[in-house]
Formats: sequence, structure tokens, C-alpha cells
Amino acid sequence: MKTIVGLEIHVQLSTATKLFCGCSTDYRDDEPNTHCCPVCLGLPGALPRINRKAVDYGLKVAKALDMKVPEESEFARKNYFYPDLPKAYQITQYDKPLAVEGTVEIEDDEGHEKIVRITRVHLEEDPGRLVHVAGGSKYSLVDYNRSGIPLLEIVTEPDMRSPQEARRFLNKLRTILEYLGVFDGDREGGLRVDANISLEGSERVEVKNISSYKGVEKALTFEVTRQKNLLRRGQKVTRETRHFMEGRGITTSARSKEEEHDYRYFPEPDLRPLRVADRVAAIDLPELPVARKNRFMAQYGISLNHARTLTGDPKLADFYERVASVDPVLAATWVADTLLGELNYRDMNIAAVPAERIVELLALLKSKTITDTAGVQVLREMLDACAAGKPCEPPAVIVEREGLARATGDEFTQVVQKVVAANPQAVEDYRAGKKGALNFLVGQVMKETRGRADPRELGRIVSEYIDTGGV
Amino acid sequence: MAGILEFSPEDRDNAFITTCSTAPFTDGALAGTAVAVKDNISTAGIQTTCGSKILEGYVPPYDAYVVELLRQAGAAIVGKTNMDEFGMGTTTETSAFGPTKNPVDPERVPGGSSGGSAAAVAAGLVPMALGTDTGGSIRCPAAFCGIVGLKPTYGRVSRYGLIAYANSLEQIGPMARTVEDVSRLMSVIARYDPRDSTMLDRPYDHRPSADIKGLRIGIPEEYFGEGVDPRVGETVRDAIGALEGLGAETVPVSIPGMRHALAAYYVICTSEASSNLARFDGVRYGPAVDIRKSWHEAYQDLRQEMFGTEVRRRIMLGTFALSAGYAGRYYAKAQVARRNIREDFKRAFCDADVIAGPTMPTVAFRLGEKTDPLSMYLSDILTVPANLAGIPSISVPCGKVDGLPVGLQIMGRQFEDERVVDAAFAYEQEVRA
Repeated sequence: MKTIVGLEIHVQLSTATKLFCGCSTDYRDDEPNTHCCPVCLGLPGALPRINRKAVDYGLKVAKALDMKVPEESEFARKNYFYPDLPKAYQITQYDKPLAVEGTVEIEDDEGHEKIVRITRVHLEEDPGRLVHVAGGSKYSLVDYNRSGIPLLEIVTEPDMRSPQEARRFLNKLRTILEYLGVFDGDREGGLRVDANISLEGSERVEVKNISSYKGVEKALTFEVTRQKNLLRRGQKVTRETRHFMEGRGITTSARSKEEEHDYRYFPEPDLRPLRVADRVAAIDLPELPVARKNRFMAQYGISLNHARTLTGDPKLADFYERVASVDPVLAATWVADTLLGELNYRDMNIAAVPAERIVELLALLKSKTITDTAGVQVLREMLDACAAGKPCEPPAVIVEREGLARATGDEFTQVVQKVVAANPQAVEDYRAGKKGALNFLVGQVMKETRGRADPRELGRIVSEYIDTGGV
Repeated sequence: MAGILEFSPEDRDNAFITTCSTAPFTDGALAGTAVAVKDNISTAGIQTTCGSKILEGYVPPYDAYVVELLRQAGAAIVGKTNMDEFGMGTTTETSAFGPTKNPVDPERVPGGSSGGSAAAVAAGLVPMALGTDTGGSIRCPAAFCGIVGLKPTYGRVSRYGLIAYANSLEQIGPMARTVEDVSRLMSVIARYDPRDSTMLDRPYDHRPSADIKGLRIGIPEEYFGEGVDPRVGETVRDAIGALEGLGAETVPVSIPGMRHALAAYYVICTSEASSNLARFDGVRYGPAVDIRKSWHEAYQDLRQEMFGTEVRRRIMLGTFALSAGYAGRYYAKAQVARRNIREDFKRAFCDADVIAGPTMPTVAFRLGEKTDPLSMYLSDILTVPANLAGIPSISVPCGKVDGLPVGLQIMGRQFEDERVVDAAFAYEQEVRA
């Protein structure tokens, strides 16, 4: 049974001011209702005035997704009553969106490239936010700080075939938005998703207001199971809207098709239509993820996997380009594999890492002054210092202090002697041709010398020592 | 010469909803002039009700741009004038604060919806006032009360702070006893405001001129046809004759789209109103809703109670006209009719520089006379075309029928407010002399 998924994504655009007034969009940690004016409070008589930057951001996305941009785009009113909607209508776009018909390339579940078609993108204002006070208050409170934040709604065709594909699509879209500099991925609630899901031949269900990438995959996975179970029991899937309860990982019925609103859309009389075709022509796009990935492979000679990882986040890609000079392939391995893993472990952002220190570290590795193992140790010390807000010492200082410089074979003769003497059984096994025995002995020497030697070189020393009858 | 104007008028006609006993003023073109403001225009610190119970006690935290301009020009804002609830009416009888009476004859309505502003001027309580005109709401009361009122070109005066009834049709405009004062007030309020996206930067800086030699006046047959009191028609024809005497010439023109004008107007204004008025739900305006009810039920009950009959009727009409399955038949068709009228005017203005006719088909009605909403709607037939087309239109007193004032309406091309002011000024100077 084929799973069919289509998404509607609401992205908060990272403009400095709101969509229709001059209020600042950065209300994080601020008191409720402190970023408001007559316009975003919907006071009688106030009029909306379009934020040109938001239009340009929307058109940037349209261009990056290779969309058709009409001559003229128009705002419309979507009428409905809700306590968080101060005008009792939302200014959005209806039959004349910013752009239509675009594409995003993702990998399907088999790892093949596939196209997800984009139906349309349009601009609209975010409503306020209801705050329900804990403790059974008779009232709910409304915070209008969010009211009027510019949203870009991106609607896809039902082109995704699994919850995993949907998640990959979202990751890809997010990367593109971050490359374009129109979206702040770190912002809570900056991206909200409505997902339409059906099993082939069955009715479609809409899951509303999912606020995380993981949530989308979870909600869709839950729906696939729920809908399959219904069908297995001979029941029908009803066409309805469902809510996702993030905490419990389930969806619950919100309203059926019959209860759907009539939004009575009509063109917003307070705004003139936008002439968008000319403006989109004037927009210069930055290098996008696919182009950058291809360039990384060609210019730096790194693998597809490394290129994909490094270009998955524009800040990471920028970082890589700052440290690639020493040795691009070595840098790719260290940034994409080691550094990224260490950052995730510490829940740290790449922005907190001083690139020049990594350059120095890569130089020490390249010149074989330290081993990979010692390199990881140095890196960890540096990251721990950064995470603790302490100054990040140069790697050479750490190497010096900790005595981590690579040692030559001679330095280890005594240790090798000691290890070989203490493990006669392993020596026996080695002589009997067991490869694992050598690794064990090398491991013992590494342990004693705290990783200051290259394991391959040590392997050679230990085997020579035994072979030449050092015992 | 900054100061404070004391204002305690004997408001016999119920022209004001709110009066300010002490109104501060500063230096400027209107220094110390008492100006009344229609109660749908936001005034910081002064209650603004739109003639509705639901906004009783609402004190805007900000000034409409026109009010800001008035204050800058030194005007003393002495009060807020009565009006049909949210501008929905032609008589000022739908106000929640009681009807305004016509100072010319207290048995008669002053017209509407800016009836309070017209009455305040006609009764001599203030020399000038601001009104708003969505389908004739400045010109009708000007005609009925025997004063001058100008509906400016759409986009010439900022609507920022005007509590919307029908955004695509309405404009704030000046009302006064003379064309000269109307023009003076217009010079103050017609200033570009980037907060109103439907504005163009076309400030009005004009001193009226009575020289109208060679002016071509279009006479549309539709303005003298069925439904127009023949005596009103005759009075207006005499006035046009006086303009011819001043060197103007007349040409016949036609606005065939007029036959759909009223229907288009009422579909558009009620549609927009149904959306504009939805925010008055008791959460932030009006008395608090009963929280024991579910919220949509509470909204419904409060709106039922606080809005008057005419407002509820228009909200329902507009909601219906925009509904899925009906929007194509009503809202979309009304837009086509509107375009046709605009084209008609454009064509007529090839042959004529201005177009003249009666402002209203009759003189002022008796209070309580118009009980049937449809017959009241019909009386807007001569004023709504200018709103649909977005063109400037002035009403200037041109005589009396049965002792009641008749208004001569002069319409002009978009952004040629100056020309209609000049034509009205020429007439006024002629009859005054």
C-alpha cells in the first residue's frame, strides 16, 4: 500500500521587522505584548504596510526553488474568528500567490535522487499566541508579540512516499532557506508543518501544526500505522483534520470535513497588488547546497559523503572553507567526522569553534607532529575550554603541556619489551599466525604511551621486535 | 498663538457624541479654529465610537493621520460628531446615540452618515468639520443641510486611523459653509502618508479660482431621470445654467453602468464591512463577553446585542456575498460592474472636464420617514458612482425646494479635486454676488 504525503510548511522569515508594521521581530525572552503597535494589534483604523524585505525574501525562495513568478501578486483576507487573531481575519494570499510550480531534489528511501514538486509559496502574517495559564484559570491570555511576524507558506505536491522522505525533504528545505539567509533555524517555532497523508485509494488526513522535524516523521509514522490498522480491521479512513500531541507521539481527531470553515477570501483592499516579476529578476542568489556540494568535490577533491555533510549547513560549509587550506581532504575528515561528532556530543554550535585553532591542529596532524589519537585528545581539550567559555589554547601549547608529541619507535623499546614480556600467550598466538594477537599487543603499548605513537608504526615495531627475536 | 479653546455649544440637533469643553490648539494655518471630527476617525485620548454601542468607551491610543495634521495646523478639535452606526445609513438615524436633527428643519434628517458633522457646521457650532464618504456620506448631509462637502479622489487623503467600513470606497473629506473653507481644510488634510498603501503622493495646495471660462460640463441623463424629484432636477439645471453664464459649456454624457451601480455598491461595501467589523467581538471592544459560554457563542450573543439592526443586516449581506458558492455570483460580479462604471466615467471625461447633477434625488426626508431599507438605499444612487470610480465629487448648495436645501454635485477626473473645487467656487461666488 503506497503512502502519499504532501506538506504545508510555515516558515518565519528572519526580517528585522514585522510583515505589515515596523515592530521588531526579535521578541525572544521579552515580556508579552511589548513588540506591538496599532497595526499588529489590529486596532480600529490601523492600516497594513508591506515589508518589502519580506517580499524579497519570499521571492528569493521562489527563485531558489526554480518557481514561476507571475507579473502581479496580491494579498487577500482569510476571515475567521479566533481569540489570537486580532482583526478576525488574516492577511494572506489566495489566488495570486508570490510564485507557483517549483522543485526540490531529495533522496528517496533507496538513496536515489527524486524531485518533490512545490505547488506554491505565499506570504502571510502570523497570528498572536494564546497562553493558557496553568492552574485552571478562567481566562486564557493573548500575547501579540508574534502577531504580524512574516510567514512564508510553502506547499508541496503529494510527492513524498514515506515519513522518512518527508523528514529528508524538510531537512533539505531548511538547508536551502538557511543558505538564502531568510530563516533562522535556531529559532523556536520558526518552522511549523501541516502534513497531509493518505494510503493509496483511501481518504486523506491532515495533521496540523507540527512544530519540529522529528515531530513530522513521528506524526506521519503514527498515522501510517493508524490508517493501516483501520483498513486491516475493515474500517474506513475518514477525511479529517487531526492534531499531533508532541509529548505522546500520537494524533487526535480535531474536526471532520463537514465542519471545515468557509474563509470568505477576498482581495485585501488596504494593499495594492505587488509587481513581482521585475523584482525577482533583480535578485542575486547565493551559491545553493547542490552547487556548493559539487564545487567542494571538484575543488577540494573530497568524497560525496563528506561534501554532502559539510554543505548540509551553510555555517559548517563556511567553517570548512576557512580551515581547508592546510589539506582539504584531511580537513574534510576532521571537520565532517571528528569535529561534528564532538560538537553533537557537547550540544555545541560550530559558531563557537575558533577556525584558526583548527587550522593549527590540522597543521600538526599534517606534519605528523602528533598522531590522530593525540589529535582527538587535543581537540577535546579545546572544545571543552570553548564550551566552558574559557580561552581556547593553541593546540601546540596543549601538546607541549600534555607531552602528546609523536614519539619515534626507539622511545618505546622499553615499553614494548615490558608488554611482550608480560604477555607470553599473545606472543605465542602471534607466532601461530593470529592477527588479533598483534593488535592486542599494540593496544597495550598505546595504552602505556597514551596514544603518542601511530598504531601502524607501532605494529611494525612490535612485529619486528618479536620476529627478530627480541625475546 | 497657541492656546485653549473653550467649547460648550448648545447642541440642539444632537450633532455631537462627544464634546471637548477645553480644546488646546497651536500655531498654524488653522490656529484656534474649532474643527469637529466625525466619530469614526481615531482621536488619541478622545472616545471614538463610530456611533455604535460596541465601541462606547473606546479611547484610541493614537491619532488618525488627518487628526495629526489638524493638530499640526493649529486646529482645536472640539468634539466628535454623530453618525450612522459605522457609517451605515443615509440619515444618521442608525446611530446608537440617537438621531441628529437637521438644523434647517428639526423635523427632518440631516442626511448621513456624516449627519453630525453637517449639522454642527449648518447650526454654526463649528466653522468646519471632517466627514467620511463611502457612498455619499459627506455629500448627502452637505446637500440636506445646505453646506459644502467634498469627497476627495480615492487615495488623496490618508485613511490611517479611519475606522474602516468599506476600505476600497471611502475617503475622509472636508465639510464647511463655504467652498473656500472646504478648500482650506482640504489643504491641511491632503498630505501623503506612507502608512496608507492606497495613497498616491498628490498633496492638495490650491486656492479656489472662479475663472471657469471654457470649462466643459458633462450632463449625464441618468442624473435627471426616474426617481429624481423633478423640482430638484430643475433647481440643479438652473444652477448649471448659472455656470454656463460664467463661460462654461455643457455637453451631454452618459454613464450606462449606473443601472448596476447601487447593486455593485451594496455588495462591495457590505462584503468589506462584514470583514472589517468582525474584530468587534467583545474580547477587546465592548463589554466583556460572558465567559461561561463557549467563546463563539459568546461572540455571537454579544454582537447580536451590541450592533444595531442596519449593521447586522449589512454584515449578514456581506457575509453571504463572500460565501463559497456565492462569491462568484455577487462579489466578483460587483467588481465587474465597478470596472464598467469606472470605464464609463473615463469615457465621459474625454468630452467633459467635470460632470454635474443633483447630489441627492430629493430634499431631506422627515425623521422616521425611511422605514424600508431598500428605499433608503435607492436614495444613494447619485452619490455612489463617484465612490465606485474613485473620483472627486463636491456638493454645493444651489437653492431650495419647499424651503429645504438642494445640492449641486460636481464630479471630476481622478486627482482633479482642484477643478471641482473651482467649479463649485465659481457657482458660489456667482450666487452670493
